[in-house]
This record gives sequence, C-alpha cells and structure tokens, in this order.
Amino acid sequence: MPYGPHTGDDRARMLAALGIDSVDRLFDDIPAHLQASELRLPPPEPELQLSVHLAALAAENRTDLASFLGAGVYRHWSPPAVDQILLRGEWYTAYTPYQPEISQGTLQSVYEYQSLMAELTGLPVVSASHYDGASATAEAALMTCRQTRRARVLVSAAVHPHYRATLRTYFGARLEVDEIPMAASGDEAGTLDLAALERLLADRDRPVAGVVAAQPNFLGLFEPMDRIGELAHAAGALFVAVVEPVSLAVLAPPGEYGADVAAGEGQPMGIPAQYGGPYLGILAATDALVRQIPGRLVGLTTDVDGRRAYVMTLRAREQDIRRDRAASNICTNQALLALAASIWLASIGPHGLRDVAAWGAQRAAELESALAAAGAFRLHPGPYLNEFAVRVPDARAVHRRLLDRGILAGLPLAAVLPDERGLEDGLLVCATELTTPDEIARFGEALHAELAASAATDGRVPVGARSR
Amino acid sequence: MGVVGERLQPSLFERSRPGRGDGKIPHPPQDALDRLPGPARRREPPALPELNEPEVVRHYVNLSQLNYAVDTGFYPLGSCTMKFNPKLNEWAARLAGFAALHPLAPDAVAQGTLRLLWELEGALAEIGGMRAVTLQPAAGAQGELTGILMIRAYHHAGGDTDRTDVLVPDSSHGTNPATATMAGLRTVTVPSAPDGGVDVDAFRAALGPRTAAVMITNPSTLGLFEERIGELLDAVHAAGALAYMDGANLNAILGRFKPGEAGFDVMHFNVHKTFSTPHGGGGPGAGPVGVGERLVPYLPEPRVLREADGSFRLERAGERATSIGRLRSFVGNTGVLVRAYAYIRAHGGTGLREVSDDAVLAANYLKHRLRDAYDLPYDRACKHEFVASAASIRRRTGIRTLDIAKRLIDHGFHPPTIYFPLIVEEGMLIEPTETESVETLDAFADALIAIAAEAQSEPQRVRDAPRHAPVRRLDETTAARQPNLRWRPSAGGVMPCPD
Amino acid sequence: MPVPAELRYTKDHEWVRVDGEEATVGITEYAAGQLGDVVFVELPEAGQTLEQFGTFGVVESVKAVSDLFAPLSGEVVEANAELAGRPELVNEEPYGAGWMLRLLIADATQVGELLDAAAYEQLTTEA
Repeated sequence: MPYGPHTGDDRARMLAALGIDSVDRLFDDIPAHLQASELRLPPPEPELQLSVHLAALAAENRTDLASFLGAGVYRHWSPPAVDQILLRGEWYTAYTPYQPEISQGTLQSVYEYQSLMAELTGLPVVSASHYDGASATAEAALMTCRQTRRARVLVSAAVHPHYRATLRTYFGARLEVDEIPMAASGDEAGTLDLAALERLLADRDRPVAGVVAAQPNFLGLFEPMDRIGELAHAAGALFVAVVEPVSLAVLAPPGEYGADVAAGEGQPMGIPAQYGGPYLGILAATDALVRQIPGRLVGLTTDVDGRRAYVMTLRAREQDIRRDRAASNICTNQALLALAASIWLASIGPHGLRDVAAWGAQRAAELESALAAAGAFRLHPGPYLNEFAVRVPDARAVHRRLLDRGILAGLPLAAVLPDERGLEDGLLVCATELTTPDEIARFGEALHAELAASAATDGRVPVGARSR
Repeated sequence: MGVVGERLQPSLFERSRPGRGDGKIPHPPQDALDRLPGPARRREPPALPELNEPEVVRHYVNLSQLNYAVDTGFYPLGSCTMKFNPKLNEWAARLAGFAALHPLAPDAVAQGTLRLLWELEGALAEIGGMRAVTLQPAAGAQGELTGILMIRAYHHAGGDTDRTDVLVPDSSHGTNPATATMAGLRTVTVPSAPDGGVDVDAFRAALGPRTAAVMITNPSTLGLFEERIGELLDAVHAAGALAYMDGANLNAILGRFKPGEAGFDVMHFNVHKTFSTPHGGGGPGAGPVGVGERLVPYLPEPRVLREADGSFRLERAGERATSIGRLRSFVGNTGVLVRAYAYIRAHGGTGLREVSDDAVLAANYLKHRLRDAYDLPYDRACKHEFVASAASIRRRTGIRTLDIAKRLIDHGFHPPTIYFPLIVEEGMLIEPTETESVETLDAFADALIAIAAEAQSEPQRVRDAPRHAPVRRLDETTAARQPNLRWRPSAGGVMPCPD
Repeated sequence: MPVPAELRYTKDHEWVRVDGEEATVGITEYAAGQLGDVVFVELPEAGQTLEQFGTFGVVESVKAVSDLFAPLSGEVVEANAELAGRPELVNEEPYGAGWMLRLLIADATQVGELLDAAAYEQLTTEA
C-alpha cells in the first residue's frame, strides 16, 4: 500500500497486543457466504508510472482550442496566488469545523465568504455553500415552498436547462414545477413572457410558492427582474433570482430588485472548468428566510475570554440534529471552493471584478461584429452582457467542423433546448477578459470559410455574408 | 505551545484601504458597458475589500495556520475517514487537460476525461459488487437522494405507488432520514439491538407493503459489521422493498465485502472518505452511486457510454426515458473524481484490501489500548472505527465527553467525533485510518488515558480546556440567539480587532 | 426543582394552566434545563386548531431540537411573540414570561388525562 506507514514489525506488534495471529480474525464477523469475491482491478501503479499515465489521459483532452463556450461555465483569469494559497494542507486536509477552537481559519474564511456574497447579492443571509448553481436553485425553490406552505413553483424557460432539469428531479416526488415560456418574437424575444407569467400566477387552485428567473438568462439576455418580482409578490409568492456572480459587479443586485432568494453558480470566481466540478452553489436570502436556508452558516461570537471568534450556528436546522425534518440533507458542501472564490475576490478587488465584467462586454461586442461580418447574426434584439446567440444554418454540423479549425464555437442550442422553436440554428457564444482579438478574428474567418463552403455545396449564399 | 498558530486575523474588510490592489487586470475601454440597459445596471458598486497581494497572502496564510488538518496532525474524526491525501492527486487534477476542460465541450474533445470516468465507474462497480455506477452526485447526501429517487421510480414503474416508508436504524446518519423527506417519503426509525447491531426482528415487524426502502450503514455507525445482514436483506426483499447501503464506512471492508454481491440494491461511495479526496474544510466531495441490475434503467443522466469503436460519449438529454433525470448540472464533480481514480490506480485490488486491513487493525489496536480507561459499550472486534464512552468518568467525576475532547486539543490532537451516534451516552467515535503510524496511535492513546486520570485528579483543568488554542470555548448561545452572519463595519466596534 | 402545584403536565414536559375556557401552555423548568440554552421557538399562528398530544411546534437549543406537544385540544388564541426576540425567557421564567401558547379549550374533560404536580415530579425524579 503506497501511503501506509506499517512495517511488518508494526503489524506483528499490534496483532500480538490483540492476541491474534492474523488480521483475518478481525473479519470473522463477515458471514462466510457473504465474503467478497476477489477484487479484479488493474495492478497497483507506482507513483512514477501513475503520473505518466495521468498526464497521458489529460493530454487526450483538447484544451488548445479557441473557446467561445460559456453556457453557465466561464473561463476567467485567476491570479496564481489563489491556487497557491488553496494548496496549503491546512485548508484542504481539514474538515467541517466541528471543533471551532482549532478551526478558526476555516470559520473566519467562511464568514468572510458569506459577507462577500452578501455584498454582491444585496441579500444578508448567505449559506456556506451548495454543490453548484443547479442544486442551489433547486434548494432555493424548496425554500419558497417551505416558507409559503405552497407546493408549486414557476421557472422561466430561459433558466439554464440543467438547472430546470435538476429542479424537476428535486421536485418530482412531491411538488409541482411549471415553466414560464419565453417571448417568441418582438423586442422581448428570448426573455420571460410577462403575460404568460401573469396567467400562470392567476390559477387560484394552484397557488404559487416561488417564481424563478435568471439574470442574465441562459441566452445572455436581461430579464425585467423588478417587474417579475412585483408580479410574484402580488400573488403571495417569493422571487428567486438565478445570478452569475461576476456580472453582479455591474448588474443590479437581487436584494435591490426585490428577490427573496438568490441562487447561482460560483464557478466564474476563480474556479477551473474541470469538466463539471467541483463548483460552488451560491445561495443567499433575506433575513426573513434565515431559518429556511439550508446548509451551514457561520456566525461571529466571542470566546469565554471575550475574544472575537467564529462558530457554526443555527445548527439545529441541519440533518445531523433535525434528521427527517431538516431543511435539507446537505452535509458535505463546497467549502474549499467558497474559499477559492473569496481569495479570488480579495485578490482582484472590486475594481478588478468590474474590469473583468467590462472586458467580457467589450470582447463580446467585438465578437458580435466579427460574426456578423462572417454572416452570422444575433437571434435576439435585446441587449446582453457577454453572451449571446447567433443564427448559423446547420449549426451543429458547422460547430463540429469548426473544431478542426481550432475553434470551439460555443454551444449549439439545439443540443440543450431541442423543444424551443426558433433556436434550432442557434449557437450560444460568449467572451471573457481571456478572449483575445486574435481568437475573435480566427473565429470570424473560420466561420466565414465554413459558411462559404456550405453555400458552395448547396448553392445558397449565406444571408448577409460578405468577405472580410 | 498550541497545536495550531495563534495569530488571530482582522477581517478582510478591516484590512481594506481604498485604492489598494488595483492593477492586476488592464482597464477596458471607458465605453465597454455603455450598452447595458439602465434598469439592469448596478447603481452602487459592491463594497468589496481592497487589498494588495502581500496582504491577501498574509491574511490567508495566517488564517490557514489557525486550522488543525490531516497534514498537521492526527485527526481521528469518526465516520469521516481523515486519511492522508496524496499530493500526486492534487497535481493530477490541476493538469491543464483535466482542469481547463469545459463540461459542455464536445465528446470528441473530452476523450481523456471520459475514458477516466468510464474506467472509474467500472472500478467502483467492481469494488461495490454493483452492476453500474453513476458519478453524478456531488456528495454522499446527494448520492442518497439519487438512490432513494431511483428506488421510488422502480416501485412506481411496477405500479407499486403505495410504498412511502423508508426504514432506518436509530444509529443512522442524519442524512438518511433527511434524504427520505427530500424524496417525498416518510422515515420510520427502528431501534438497534442491545449489541449495537440492527434488530432484525424489529425490522421484520416494521417491513410491509408500504416499505419502499431500508437504508443501512454497514459497517454501522458504531463501527460494527452487521453480522445478520444476510437475514435482513432477505427480509427486505421478501417484503418487496429494496435495500440501500450508506457507503460511508466502506474504508473498513474493501475487498472483504461487496454490498452488491451480498444483496444490496444500491449504495453510494464517499470518495472523500474511502478514496482519499481531500475534505476541503467541509467539501467538496463526490457521491457516486452503484446499482444492481434492477435499478440500471433509472440511473441519472447523463451516463458515460462507450461506443463500438472504443470512443466514449455522454448520454444525451432525454436519451433514456426511464432515467430519474439530473441531480445537478453537468456530469459530476469531475475534479474530485480524477483524484479518486488516481488513488484507486495507485492501490489496485491488493492495495485496497490492505487499506482496509490496516485501518481495521489500527482501530482494534487503539480500542485495546483504551480498554482500562474508558467504557467500550460494544466490546467486540470493530471495523475501521469504534465507540468509546466517558459515561463512567462522568458519573465518577462530572467530566463529560465534550471536556475530554477539548482537553485533547491541549494534548495536540484533533478530537474524535463526539455525541454520535446519538444512541451512545457520552460517546466518542474514533477512527484512526490506515495512514497513521503505531507511534501516533500510541501517543493518542496515552493522551486519552492521561486525560481520564486528570478528570479525577485535576477536573478543573479538563473543564477549562482548551488552553493552548487561539481561542477558548465559544459563546454558541449568543451566536444562535442573535446571529451575526456577515461583516458590517459596526461589528468591529463590538469586539476589538485582534491585530 | 419545585413543580408548581396549580398546573397540569404532560409526560413530554409541557405544562398547562387552565383558566376558565382558556389554557396557557409552556414547557417545564426540567425540560428547559435538559435542553440547555434555548435559542429558538417555533410556534403556530393564532387560529390554528391543535389536537391533544399532537405536535404544535419546535424548541431548539444550540445542539438539540425537540417537538412540543399540545396538552389539550383547542384553538390557538395567541402565541407568545416575545419569544421570537427573547427565546431565553424559556430558560429564565419557564412558568411565567416563557409561556408559549394560549388556547381556547375544546374539551375540558381532557384535563383529566394530564398529570398533576405530584405525578409529574415523580416522573422527573425517576428519569
């Protein structure tokens, strides 16, 4: 065993103390007929060999592409200080701070995370982390049901499809989810259909606990959050805003437009994409919901000598104490990622965060021009921050072919929103501060070439295409 | 000398000075945000702290030193398996090919990670004796929810919609009943037998046409193998219910007991316990779930599939109509799974069996060492952890387990899990793991024995512990009655800034 | 510890003071002591109907949580709003300012099913 300390003598000494001749005696309580068959796994790999093996597997992935893919996970620059601090064993090899006297580092860092997120969201109560944006959104929706004692939630169809799917799984067994459609045309195309929301809220037999909408939404567009909140509240429902934390540097915070709960994906704050996780579920709420928010909370207090100290608090909401009546079953959370996000925010500061958001907007505008020049125009008229959808005939095939030209051309919308009319030819693309003018130019040229090639094959000229 | 550093830190917000720390990122053009519509804009910038990098580093390095961790000392927190976290695995997870890969990248771009995930599924299925594995759940508790939702879907598919009860023993983790509630089911708690094992007769009496599932932790939360597990599983299946195994304690039985072979229908793995992925001060984890044949159709989406040509791909949304759906975004906590994969490959089948052998040997040795100083309410061969109790010490001296735990800090150790399982009076659940040397085990036993003596000779010293920690016992009552959950400038006025 | 003679009790450590058609309900000093420092009390709203021995709320201390059981059936007239801000009253004055509910008694004969002070005292000394 590669990491075990015991020599043959050590084992012999322990066995002798126990008065047995073999460790097998300690497994005599497993009935003979239930003892395991042999473990058929590949033989052990010594570290040297294993490191070569792992590097080879990593190299099978292609991360050299010019990527315009976002859709909920965004590439941002992280100062090296963030990961170097995170790699200290005192952080990542500790566990939940059950013993506050020797866990003040973790506890203070969580308290500071809560404070940073409270500033960003404008909501005072922040849980010490959930798994990701999707499960945080589902937990937010469950909070609205507990608080209002109602059993139906409305979710905008412009919320990330994975979040909606997760919400359905969490609710499937006992609660109802209805979707609020997007406006199909006009200036509001691609955003929540307010008239439909009013109709859904008007059903008196099925009162609504919460309304869930995202800002910016999955298609990168802005929702009329204050209006959605007003309609929700008028119907006695709570309002859940799904947010992207970097954008909160420049976008109105949920606490300002009347959201009762904010949920979101914390990955953009210094956390690598790493094919899906671990990420950071943000969950924030008003003071009125402090007893409904699931997950750990850290509070400021004093020790017996009056020194400032931090401790996990309001613990009686949690599963280990309240068991079947707990607010959630969450136990292990994403503490290390909350720490990563805090260090990232502390390192780049408020001005850095604003600059990151603004660069995204700047590069996205340049991207829009370059794609339009190649013949791919936006699908929606509304403003956006750093992500938008364009129309590309036969988007999935073009997307595939662009890989060969070194371009990861965002996300073909048909893959994730197959039932949404008007998005069949959509590509969702984004830019961040890491997107370079050169990458944008390469994308534009490659797309132009692809569109020209398909036009040549099927005899059509891409609408609006012109040479560059 | 304390076991951790002593330099309490002011908050990030107190360290902030306007104008500090700008300049890491170039400024974008002035008009970059001009197209943002008025109503969507933020009026006041967020009041985030402004710091320069040296201060950020000093803040977090000093804070880190206030933590006790596996890398600094013995951390025998029962039920949590605080084993050594190999450094190679941290390196591997940070390889650009793994770390920079977007979760919606096309399959063709992600073959290395997909292969790793597919092989990991296979290895976990082999370890658990299961037919198939999903890597999606983000933690053990989410794995439990996945398992129970699959069981519910299985019963419903058979038209069996009246099964609403989940049976759990009273020694179970709190996540088990909390999960049943989240899945819309009802928890029925079954008392344990006097020997600490499941009470098979009590379970038989509670099983019936309304039972959807039975959730069992084996070895139990008392660190004991359930000797009557075969009988219990037969009874569960005879009643038409399915059996869930909470895999929290798998570290004791690798290569010795495969839950699927024994008849469990579904189980979760806690990779941060069994397979050494770091605990991260509370997370992240990952909670893969293994299932037997019957539950394969209900696995969450997306699964990782291997095509006839040997390439790998993710299942598409809606491709398998029987799936319970998604539990979270994307495929799973892949970065954590890379570490678990590395651990399993480093050990192979023989190494994993040795892990359990050494973990169980260490626990039994430590239990033996404490025999004369503490009560051992369940005194038979334990698995990877055991329960000791200070009930006699309390009756004799008034010193409680909490006091003993705090005094252990002064002796340089992280305390074990205390007051869990709830059924043990003054209990402490001690889990040494396989990566601690005999010398460490002996030193810890000596400390606990010394504290038991102190409880008699100098009880006040035990009550006043810890003395050698950056802060002493905390006012948790005020923290709960008047929660202060975020920094506000006035908070500094109440308590002096420690720096 | 002294148990007020004029009150009736449940086995689950609630007390009730009957005053004509109304009853006042709280938890006993013994129960408050067992829980430790009370940090939160969750109570029903006025107008809610309670069943005798059914749960009506929850009391939390720092590390424990306990159900509250109604000594009598009836309609909630008032819940003690003071406890929201000062849960410590349950520890400090369990039979006074730490009261929890006032009920409109539905069935006065149920009082006969409750323990008197002597029986309750017996229960707590056995425990």
